[in-house]
Amino acid sequence: MNEKQTTNNDMKYVGKKTVRVDGLALVSGQPVFADDLQLRDMLHIKILHSPHAHAHIKSIDTSLAAQVPGVQLILTHEDFETHYYTTAGQGYPEPSSRDTRIFDSTVRYVGDRVAAVAAETLAAAEEAIEKIKVEYEILEALLDPRESLTSNIMVHEQSGLTMVHDHKRNLIAELKAELGDVEAAMEKADHVFEQEYSVPFAQQSHIEPHIAVTWMDEHNRLIIRTATQVPFHVRRIVAEVLDFPISRIRVIKPRIGGGFGSKQEILNEEVCAAVTLKTGQPARIEYTREEELFAARSRHPQILKVRMGVKNDGFIEAIDLNILENGGAYGTHSLTVMSVTANKALSFYAAPNKKLLGQAVYTNMSVPGAYRGYGAPQGFFAMEVMLDEIATELKIDPTELRHKNYIKEGDDVPIAKILGEGGEGYPMKIYTSGMADCIDEGKKLINWDELYNEEKSGRVRRGVGMIGCGQGSGIPGIDMAAAFIKMNEDASFNLLAGATDIGTGSDTMLAQIAAEVLEVPVEKIIVYSSDTDMTPFDTGAYASSTTYISGGAVKKAAEKVKQQILDMGKKLLEVDEASIKNGCVIAADGNSVTYQEICTKAFYTHEQHQIMANASHMSYDSPPPFNTTFAEIEVDTETGIVRVKKIVSVSDAGQVINPQMAEGQVEGAIPQSLGYALSEYMIFDDKGAPINTNFFDYHIHTAIDMPEIVTKFVHTDEPTGPFGAKAIAEIPINGPAPAIANAIYNACGVRLRELPITPEKILKGLGKI
Amino acid sequence: MKVTFTLNGKETKAEFAPGETLFHYLRSQEIYSVKNGCELGECGACTALVDNKAQNSCLIMMHTVEGKKIETVENLGSKNNLHHLQQKFLDEGAVQCGYCTPGMILASEALLRENKQPSTEDIRDALAGNLCRCTGYVKPIKAVSHE
Ligand code: FES
Ligand code: FES
Repeated sequence: MNEKQTTNNDMKYVGKKTVRVDGLALVSGQPVFADDLQLRDMLHIKILHSPHAHAHIKSIDTSLAAQVPGVQLILTHEDFETHYYTTAGQGYPEPSSRDTRIFDSTVRYVGDRVAAVAAETLAAAEEAIEKIKVEYEILEALLDPRESLTSNIMVHEQSGLTMVHDHKRNLIAELKAELGDVEAAMEKADHVFEQEYSVPFAQQSHIEPHIAVTWMDEHNRLIIRTATQVPFHVRRIVAEVLDFPISRIRVIKPRIGGGFGSKQEILNEEVCAAVTLKTGQPARIEYTREEELFAARSRHPQILKVRMGVKNDGFIEAIDLNILENGGAYGTHSLTVMSVTANKALSFYAAPNKKLLGQAVYTNMSVPGAYRGYGAPQGFFAMEVMLDEIATELKIDPTELRHKNYIKEGDDVPIAKILGEGGEGYPMKIYTSGMADCIDEGKKLINWDELYNEEKSGRVRRGVGMIGCGQGSGIPGIDMAAAFIKMNEDASFNLLAGATDIGTGSDTMLAQIAAEVLEVPVEKIIVYSSDTDMTPFDTGAYASSTTYISGGAVKKAAEKVKQQILDMGKKLLEVDEASIKNGCVIAADGNSVTYQEICTKAFYTHEQHQIMANASHMSYDSPPPFNTTFAEIEVDTETGIVRVKKIVSVSDAGQVINPQMAEGQVEGAIPQSLGYALSEYMIFDDKGAPINTNFFDYHIHTAIDMPEIVTKFVHTDEPTGPFGAKAIAEIPINGPAPAIANAIYNACGVRLRELPITPEKILKGLGKI
Repeated sequence: MKVTFTLNGKETKAEFAPGETLFHYLRSQEIYSVKNGCELGECGACTALVDNKAQNSCLIMMHTVEGKKIETVENLGSKNNLHHLQQKFLDEGAVQCGYCTPGMILASEALLRENKQPSTEDIRDALAGNLCRCTGYVKPIKAVSHE
């Protein structure tokens, strides 16, 4: 079809505020979440978690537990053949280590799964869990990633694992890359900076816990209703683990109470499904908040050694990055998170010489997984604090230093080809970058020149800090989405999309894209998403892929439908040329036929057929959105307490599809990173047990903790994105933590290279303790 | 054990097991707008109004509700007839995943019943017990401030 060139101004629905398509149900408290149903004879499942960081299970005695009234089933490693899989919830073949059994005879972290009880009531399941007698042979635990490679403790002794680099050295994955000649460039550089940075375990902390409900339907098919970001991967992986045919599984994704990566994991679906398959009864498993905080997933801790060779004028000539990533007890997402750290940290700086050594290692600690940002927050913390150090040392304004060193429009990014998602990637070129505007806008909004340069004195000192960063828009060459659209006789359209709305508003955004193409109001698009029986495939909601990839699929499908409407209209008008306007097909002579007439006639009287189309979309591009984050903070130099006063976040997300929702993404990402900076970190005792396993001790930001937030978008028109769009979901989480660290230096001269930032570290830096 | 109280405007007699919480009772009655985020009184997802005050229903034992007026978001408005706060939350984009939303709306309603003209500080205080991981509270605060 001859596609109309759309500019921002003549778009009616894209780029406009639209009330969420699921909003009415959500504000009125409709039963739309996974747990909002009651099924007859439902069994409640509780998990027995390992209290030890590392142990062999010598024996499990379930006889007492089985006697608790109401207990129907107890599952342990004795009930399953040895089969290794990964819980990562990624596309096939997964780039994560296949090192996990549904239940294992060795436990490798405090929280590892030992047994499951299914009972008629939750209370009975809880009581029975207490009555399972496990005899452990306690093994020495590996609790320091710096020791992993040389330790004589092996977290995974067993053979038969795949996608593990060298289990004897606890090495999950290793990445090496070099571009140019880093050592020669370091020699020639005027200055060489070298520092070590580190970041801790942090939790996604979605408010809805992991919850899955399973049952057998009338046709004896297994239904899995689960809070997941990846329904199609849940279907494939449950089928694999339980050796049950894909054709007999249906995964339904209802509304999801937040995911942030954590619900990409196949955390409990396979256990819930196993109970239903073995008993024939519906089953339900829901994590408690405590379980979320010790037996779910988190952000990978990393130790990053960075070396940069810099010229006197501030241009970075060489970057040498060394990552040691703590993969915890299982290698889910270890390789790919690390490769994103490396890819993002290395590709956003124009330096011609770059080198990487990344090693992800096992420890007997909690299992990290996917968390919004996926490696980028770790990488940008190190890189952007180092840039601040360079700016200070060379007496160049930090904003100026960034202008000099970031990649620009038209640049090729050769490192992206070397560092793909866990393997070789695809060539990357920057078609659009609003970075320069992001820097300049942010400067204005935070009042940079005045606050950065003001005299710092007194007990409470004010400072500002800034960073810049990028992300991707989907995983190039890997992510794929499909959509299907059919027309109804009142000119409404059913849009069935594989895309998974996890609270991000993607259903609404996809409806806007379809509405824009089909030239009908958004209310005319009825969205149904991610149900493996009803909608076409989608790799899932991760890697900021939904707008760019799923949006692309919807746009294509809508364009096909529009063409069919036009063709049918022309036939009805008996003309060769016509156009579409205001829900009508109009001929040159002014005769017209409405969408309603077209569909009704197609249904009942003329060349009877359903106007409908499907489309798939994938991309070898993953155009980076860009962002700058500026922080204004105050440090109390007596107590070491940091108060964040204002965060300015300026993003280039291409053409924003829904400005209000895009702002919401930024506003929601900021407190997650404020927490990462100041209050959110998992604390372990000396035996490897997490100790802050509730929201009182693991403090996420509340309404009273929030600083002033200013969000702003600069416009670019990404040629490869639907209507010029790039992604937005992840990028704003990268900035606040390093911006705060830099602002603290500006305020009081204390350089912090390790998260979390605590009053103690600041007082130490000030020489007060 | 038995109690009598008003639930969303209706005189209600409830039988309950010792130790049962209002949260469990409400969900067993298919009032699904009260959500579980912790069952420890830390998150506010289970908020209900008890005599016009926003409370964590997961901490309220059934035997203490005798004679009380209990409300959930269902009592404020329905799909066909939204309460103005529900509408405001929608219009301002204060709903993302929506899991915390019924609780947020009830906490806001409790505030507005007491204080028709709350300051931003008042709103922050009123929402302090309702954790939201999606919105950064920016738009929920705005939704209540415009009242
Ligand atoms: S569920 Fe009641 S406060 Fe969290
Ligand atoms: S909207 Fe998701 S927790 Fe508040």
